[in-house]
Amino acid sequence: MEHVTSMFIQGVFTQNLALVLFLGMCTFLALSKKVETAMGLGIAVIVVQAITVPVNALLLNYVLKEGALSWTGIEALSKLDLSFLTFITFISVIAAMVQILEMLLDRFFPPLYNALGIFLPLITVNCAIMGGSLFMEQRGYNMMDSCLYGLFSGIGWAFAIVLLAGIREKLEYSRSPKALRGIGMAFMVVGLLAMAFMCFSGM
Amino acid sequence: MDSKLKKILLEPIFNNNPVVIQVLGICSALAVTTRLQTAVTMCLAVTFVTALSNVGVSLVRKIIPGSIRMIVEMTIIAALVIMVDQFIKAFSYNLSKELSVFVGLIITNCIVMGRTEAFAIKNNVVESAIDGLGNGLGYSVLLLVVAFVRELFGFGTLFGYTVLSTVNQGGWYVPNGLLVLSPGAFFLIGFFIWGLKTWKSNLITDE
Repeated sequence: MEHVTSMFIQGVFTQNLALVLFLGMCTFLALSKKVETAMGLGIAVIVVQAITVPVNALLLNYVLKEGALSWTGIEALSKLDLSFLTFITFISVIAAMVQILEMLLDRFFPPLYNALGIFLPLITVNCAIMGGSLFMEQRGYNMMDSCLYGLFSGIGWAFAIVLLAGIREKLEYSRSPKALRGIGMAFMVVGLLAMAFMCFSGM
Repeated sequence: MDSKLKKILLEPIFNNNPVVIQVLGICSALAVTTRLQTAVTMCLAVTFVTALSNVGVSLVRKIIPGSIRMIVEMTIIAALVIMVDQFIKAFSYNLSKELSVFVGLIITNCIVMGRTEAFAIKNNVVESAIDGLGNGLGYSVLLLVVAFVRELFGFGTLFGYTVLSTVNQGGWYVPNGLLVLSPGAFFLIGFFIWGLKTWKSNLITDE
């Protein structure tokens, strides 16, 4: 249980994908003008992240890593190191997962599909998703940890974008300098949020 | 060079800068700019990938069906990024450790995808190559400015050489730790956008 808690704190606060590691910034800034859209995108990211990180971990551990194919029992395969294919495999898995999820939602949960529909294709090029898988590889998470990490880092990202959207909605009414309005202001706010999140790093 | 190509090359550097105006490719712009050395490597890598992926996509633009173009673009980009990654790992292993996941993340860098999708898919090879180069340079300009400020004032060094001798080394300069951390990067780019939009007021859009 303690392990799960520490993974949670790490994924959501101290190693927050958006505010600490700068991942998924493009969509983070572009789609954070309204809380409603931010919420939709956030949920989509949580779902996709929680699926792709474990799937990629599975592929990495049983196909791509050096000696990962030894379970096949074939001598020639057991020495194979396919790790140079990591990037292309990860991105294909992500693209395929997003596509499958879109079709499943369309078939079985039309209301959810209508709510998330437009955000799903965007997720393929959201670097938070790709980044999650790459961090999983770099930190050498096992299957259990990958599941937890995928879920929690997704939650962290969603939490950050909803926070930012809430602040930006109110900022609409402020009299900020003309040149700073819009994207410039968003950067300043994200800077302040990132500062706030740094307080968690002692936990 | 005729004026059209020149315009394609120079436009993205200030007037239509991919990072501050199109708001693309921000993740890596923030993450690798604590030191100039990593920033320069990243600039070269991204410029290489944008230029060549634009060429690649432009070459096959007439034979790929519209419905699968995304995946084709993605494959071309991923192949180029793997080349860059293997190159950096082979020739400068420490640097590749320092850049950590961010070389891999060039695949999902929206500048690359954005330019192939917005430009290369409907323009000829030469123009696409120039456009990719221009956008790579626009990205580089911002990255180098941010990295210069962050390394100089955050560590007192440039490319690892001491410029302002810090208090720790018996000098006079007290390094500003905020610049090295993530909030500093956000504020800097915010100020950069503010400055650029004040300078070129035609870039202000009513939102």
